[in-house]
Amino acid sequence: MTSDAVGGILLASITLYAVLGGADFGGGLWDLLAGGDRRGRAPRALIDESITPVWEANHVWLVFDLVIFWTAFPHAFAAVMTVVALPLWLALAGIVLRGAGFAFRKEVSGLGAQRALGAIFAFSSLLTPFFMGTVIGAIATGQVPADASHASLAAWTSATSLLTGFVFTGACGYLAAVYLVGEAARREDGRLQAYFTRRAQVAGIVTGALSLATLAELHSSNTVLFNRLTGRALPLVIIAGVCGIAVVVLLTTGLAARRRSGVRVIAALGVAAVIWGWGVAQYPVLLPGTDVTLSNAGAPDSTQTAIVVLFVAAAVIVGPSFALLFSLQGRRLLHADDADAVLATAPPHQTQPPAASPAARAAVLALVVVDALVRARARRRGR
Amino acid sequence: MRLTDVVAAAGARAGAQVVPARAQMATTLGFHIILASLGIALPTIVLLAEFIGLRRRDEVAMTLARRWSQAMGVLVAVGAVTGTVLSFEMGLLWPGLMRQYGAVLGFPFGVEGIFFFLEAIFTAIYLYGWRRLPGWAHWWTGVPIALSGIFGAMSVIAVNSWMNQPGGFTQSGGRITSVDVWQVYFNHAAIYEMPHMILAAYMVSGFTVAGVYAAGILRGRRDRYHYTGFALGFVPAAVLTPFQIFVGDTAARAIAHDQPVKFAAMEYVAQTSRHVPEWLAGVYVNGHVYAGLKIPDMDSLLVGFGPGTQVTGWDSVPPADRPPVVWLIHLCFDAMVGLGFLLLLAGLWALYAWWRHRRLPSQRLFWLLGAVSGLAAIVAMECGWVVTEVGRQPWVVYQLLTTADAATTDGGVIASLTFVIVLYAVLGVATIAILRILARRWRRGAGEPDVPYGPPALQEQSAGGAEL
Repeated sequence: MTSDAVGGILLASITLYAVLGGADFGGGLWDLLAGGDRRGRAPRALIDESITPVWEANHVWLVFDLVIFWTAFPHAFAAVMTVVALPLWLALAGIVLRGAGFAFRKEVSGLGAQRALGAIFAFSSLLTPFFMGTVIGAIATGQVPADASHASLAAWTSATSLLTGFVFTGACGYLAAVYLVGEAARREDGRLQAYFTRRAQVAGIVTGALSLATLAELHSSNTVLFNRLTGRALPLVIIAGVCGIAVVVLLTTGLAARRRSGVRVIAALGVAAVIWGWGVAQYPVLLPGTDVTLSNAGAPDSTQTAIVVLFVAAAVIVGPSFALLFSLQGRRLLHADDADAVLATAPPHQTQPPAASPAARAAVLALVVVDALVRARARRRGR
Repeated sequence: MRLTDVVAAAGARAGAQVVPARAQMATTLGFHIILASLGIALPTIVLLAEFIGLRRRDEVAMTLARRWSQAMGVLVAVGAVTGTVLSFEMGLLWPGLMRQYGAVLGFPFGVEGIFFFLEAIFTAIYLYGWRRLPGWAHWWTGVPIALSGIFGAMSVIAVNSWMNQPGGFTQSGGRITSVDVWQVYFNHAAIYEMPHMILAAYMVSGFTVAGVYAAGILRGRRDRYHYTGFALGFVPAAVLTPFQIFVGDTAARAIAHDQPVKFAAMEYVAQTSRHVPEWLAGVYVNGHVYAGLKIPDMDSLLVGFGPGTQVTGWDSVPPADRPPVVWLIHLCFDAMVGLGFLLLLAGLWALYAWWRHRRLPSQRLFWLLGAVSGLAAIVAMECGWVVTEVGRQPWVVYQLLTTADAATTDGGVIASLTFVIVLYAVLGVATIAILRILARRWRRGAGEPDVPYGPPALQEQSAGGAEL
């Protein structure tokens, strides 16, 4: 029972990494495809501004996923890390180069250096989702034996694994484009809104097609997984499809402009449904093709209970912190501390602080109140 | 016959992977620990600068805080990704460790995860909130960074200290059957390892900041901006140095008791005996110490406060259970202690000058010392990690699991090691280059960076950004 909860926690953390961190990688895809310096300047500036304050916090979900995985299911973790070591190293190279390239690009001033670092950021943003996808593909199709002692190339280069890699890359691009439509709308930038709407539509259709292709491929190569996906996981597969279609329709009809956050949530829900579909399909088996299940691969009860407590603590402590971060970012209160740069990109009427939402106002108010209380106390003590 | 062949081959292969795996772990950890230290303690120094800036309406301190924030943004990004590398390496390089003890050492890592979240979230709010969040509210968004840096460091050190003093779990038939998470977290070695590393992080950050401005002062930039920058780093680090020496001394005594073989390697104690001398420097080869300074009875005195104290030597365990290259462990230990005292001296010098003349020393030697103090603190910390990690060998979990058994059995480590060395060399050079670009831009007093792929900013930065 606890092990089921822990399995759910692991899947929930993976989902959060996918819908939050994944979109940051997707931003790299659109940066890559934004064209030359002049043409790509506006979309790149928007991507940069949208990712900058959040990518590190979003990235922590990956570390959290790893920790939960090895703590709760150490044997399965060791097997996965051994068999698919190569794609994991490549995904890791993507993480290092993406983060460093992104952070460095901001600080260099020459166009040549910016181009080079931008290219590193953009290309490496593709590595991580693709290779993470192949790893998930390898696990789902039962290519990871329980007692592995060597890395295997065949494990993650099957058609299904490679297709999963492309689905992940597409899904990241799709999420990023949908989120960026909202960011552009928030800045009342009609051109960029249309720009990312087109890209979100294309990415949605491509990712949907890739997902269907993966399903079709599974039909011939892995009937067990196919039957599970179209059997007990069918509701989730349908939800994923419906969400995808709904987002494309909302974007096409222009309703998305009025329901910005709604469209984001639906897009994220669609991606989450795919991940949970995978989880439900292979439940309770942890490594398909082996007899390793959630309950017998698990750590002792005390450790599993500790994970549940940790997750609750994370939800209680980290959840509101994320809400604060996102609400401050949503109200455009977070900017790189360089006045000139932001003024250069923002339309003139945006240079005044925008009217804060109740949430953002409450957040700032809370900070001011904490400050006032502490200082009042200090003053009283001073007397 | 065939079975034994297979076992022998597997053993040979395991042995073949442990050396590159250790080299890779040492490279990536040695690199990350510098950034981790800056991540733990630099926010506190930036907050100190902002506090003074707000409290005394000190424009210089405020400018320093804003500029350090920008440098922090770069360092935090590099630290986040190099930290992720280590998370992956726990599994990619040491699957044997994770398979066996993942369920035990996972809890402190999980706690660390929560603090890492808070650190990342509030770092973003703090770094990008300078322009729009009102003064003191902005300052308060930095407080969670400083606190989560400390608690996050405690959690990671909990894992390392557990590897030195494992406990808090029961095992049967090769599987972990129950775990007492708090006993794992607050294990026996945590009590001294946690403060030792957190103080080290503060010393590294403080002296590194001080070193940057001392170098500027040596080059003739004797202005209030540079003196303030120096003092904001130097004072906290110098104040903490004596505490660090006390904690380190306590830790060494505890190690003499908890991990006598590691201590024997640190101090060249070949045979268990009384009246053990203290060796300063020196290289141990085949029972002889060359080029070392011998202080009779001193080691016994340090361990038990009496010249007759018995100190356990490495002859207490069979050769296979002794750490390799004792001279490396000993020299690193001596270097760490020596540099610690050098930094203490720098602090005392400044204290004396302040007491007598109400100002920092004017001697060029002091500023030379200040300029290298950051490097000295970093080298001391790295040496400390060599002592604790190499000194624990051949064990990864002390007396329970050998490093060879923990290492991956896959043959790809040489390739990943090569790649990592190249990547980290580039990353290290690039990080320093970026920080220098920032410094040069600040010195010019011109505008801050441009948008990606954008034309140079037209407006000059207002008075706040100009160098003072």
